[in-house]
Amino acid sequence: MNSKDFYIDSFKKFESKLNGESKLFIHQLRKEALKQFETSNFPTQKNEEWKYTDVSPIVRQSFIPAVNAVQVSFSKEEVGKYLFKDVDCHLLVFINGLFSEELSLINELPKGVVVGNLRNLSKENPGSIEKYFGKLSKIENSFNSLNAAYSVDGLVAIVPDGKIVEKPIQVLYLNSSANEEVLSSPRNLIVAGKNSQVSVIANYRGVSDKSYLSNNVTEVFVDEYAVVSVYKIQNELDEAYHIEKVQAKQGKNSVFNHYNIAFGGAIVRNDINAVHNGENIETHYYGLYMINGKQHVDNHTFVDHAKPNCMSNELYKGILDENARGVFNGKIIVRQDAQKTNAYQQNKTILLSKSATIDTKPQLEIFADDVKCSHGATVGHLDEVSEFYIRSRGVPQELAKSMLIRAFANDVIETIKIEPLKEQINHMIFEHLHKIEVNNE
Amino acid sequence: MLSIKNLQATVDGKEILNGINLEIKAGEIHAIMGPNGSGKSTLANVLTGNKSYEVTNGEVSFVDKDLLEMNPETRAREGMFLAFQYPIEIPGVSNATFLKTALNEVRKYKGLEELTPKQFLDMLKEKAKALGMDESMISRYVNVGFSGGEKKRNEILQMLMLQPKFVLLDETDSGLDIDALKIVSNGVNIYKNPNTAFLVVTHYQRLLNYIVPDYVHVLYKGRIIKSGTKELALELEERGYDWLVAEQAEVV
Ligand SMILES: Nc1ncnc2c1ncn2[C@@H]1O[C@H](COP(=O)(O)OP(=O)(O)OP(=O)(O)O)[C@@H](O)[C@H]1O
Ligand SMILES: [Mg+2]
Repeated sequence: MNSKDFYIDSFKKFESKLNGESKLFIHQLRKEALKQFETSNFPTQKNEEWKYTDVSPIVRQSFIPAVNAVQVSFSKEEVGKYLFKDVDCHLLVFINGLFSEELSLINELPKGVVVGNLRNLSKENPGSIEKYFGKLSKIENSFNSLNAAYSVDGLVAIVPDGKIVEKPIQVLYLNSSANEEVLSSPRNLIVAGKNSQVSVIANYRGVSDKSYLSNNVTEVFVDEYAVVSVYKIQNELDEAYHIEKVQAKQGKNSVFNHYNIAFGGAIVRNDINAVHNGENIETHYYGLYMINGKQHVDNHTFVDHAKPNCMSNELYKGILDENARGVFNGKIIVRQDAQKTNAYQQNKTILLSKSATIDTKPQLEIFADDVKCSHGATVGHLDEVSEFYIRSRGVPQELAKSMLIRAFANDVIETIKIEPLKEQINHMIFEHLHKIEVNNE
Repeated sequence: MLSIKNLQATVDGKEILNGINLEIKAGEIHAIMGPNGSGKSTLANVLTGNKSYEVTNGEVSFVDKDLLEMNPETRAREGMFLAFQYPIEIPGVSNATFLKTALNEVRKYKGLEELTPKQFLDMLKEKAKALGMDESMISRYVNVGFSGGEKKRNEILQMLMLQPKFVLLDETDSGLDIDALKIVSNGVNIYKNPNTAFLVVTHYQRLLNYIVPDYVHVLYKGRIIKSGTKELALELEERGYDWLVAEQAEVV
């Protein structure tokens, strides 16, 4: 049986486990998504959007949907190893995309704020979810429909007008299985009402000998004057496959900050999209991908400037070693109506080996005449002159290189507003560099 | 301390140094002068181990060790220091981090303990003050946005922190105003002691009023064509290099 038939077939078993939940509105959406999944196929490289990313290694395998798989359990101590520490935060833990109540800790929240998991809330509070769920992210490919068909669980954060969630919400997505290849399908929903604020740390980790597929969809509503920050840190195993589509919609005077820090996986694909639906909107995209071995990271970003007087600012940086492959596609549309748009985009890459490659493509489509848009892409190697300068002060070569690499990453990292998170990401970069050096020997 | 014998070097296959001989003892200050392109910076780069320059012949011993065998970091830890003619900017690395990393590596090599952050900062502030540098530069990125003169001072600050045995100053005076020249020279003079030696590359006599050399050498087309005492620098200031070149031609 090919993987597509396998996922269609597995749906029956999945439904049988749902009992009463199959009556919920959300299950209707799943069934519709499955129909769409049945009538489409996984993207191939013939598809322009997937030109540089061959997903056939993913498609060749049949991953068991997490709901049907053997459940894995973790102790608090075990999970603690994967968390960002010293961050005063609310904590939600998902194992293979399924919520773990025991491992999670949601502190006191401002009145009316809902932070929890999709599975429970779609039973307890279906109204608040139904209003938003699936409204933003249209199904664009088989990964999206597969996610929707198996969308059992995920983060839900609904912040009413005027409420500020002071502490960030840390979400640990831990993927692990004993002896099978698992499909996890987190489905996340972040809703920030007018004048509200919320930050989410999406922490993706893997602990498995087996490969797995983490196939995510995240919908983000940023209403007027709201500020939403999402820090995605993806630090998974070399065997892991990871796909996420983020779809944000912003109201006037809102700010959406998205950080995408990727330490790789076998194939990683991010689609990060924001649509502007009002004036004076800001969208900030920061990305850092640091990969080696045969890792492949493909970042597709998109800002849809539909209204006047908005700005978007994007900085993506890649550090590629060994046979790693990076893809950056930064799309910006400035529609006819969107006069006085300011849009900046930069993609910079450092190749640490001869066989690492990057395909970088800015895609600007500008239909308004009074706009400021700029984009730039650079690809280079570590600067030997700087390296010599540092070494001439007594610093060994490997450390000199690592200093230069961390310096390169710094203008992305320094924009992170949560101090302990910033430090720990810096540390991860250092650890990762160390690994790269050891591998090089 | 430093003994250079018949040193020859090429860049991109082009011969730049054509057999340099030079003996420098502890406590001495040597100056090298010579027209643009004569190979002064090349000599400095070869001595510090820049691998864009290929040594094709000759020997260099430094404190009785084979210098040319060592990589740049080992040379530095053995006490070799070059104040660059064009200091490099390193965005993303702060002066403090840069110096702390370097100093601790050098100390480790000498078998000394790492400094505590406080010891390090106190030392850095003291030296910066001696050079009339603003404390704010400590947290700024290495040389980024520094004026020409500030970059040169920063090189001397690094020298004062790392405490090398042998210091090459490659046109450290260029780009400095009179006051800065005095401050920087003073920095060098307070550091100078019987266990250190200096090789000062300059085009101008005025620096040598402050840092007084024991010997002056003229480098021309990759060869030392004349050596003398500090009076030679005065003569060069007055007469330029042509007479020496002519003299040289007669000899050949
Ligand atoms: N990295 C390099 N690549 C190519 N040529 C070089 C390089 N470095 C030096 N050269 C050449 O070597 C020759 C000597 O250069 P060097 O910089 O040593 O001169 P210098 O005596 O320091 O001159 P100045 O007084 O202008 O600083 C010049 O012709 C220069 O163009
Ligand atoms: Mg020079």
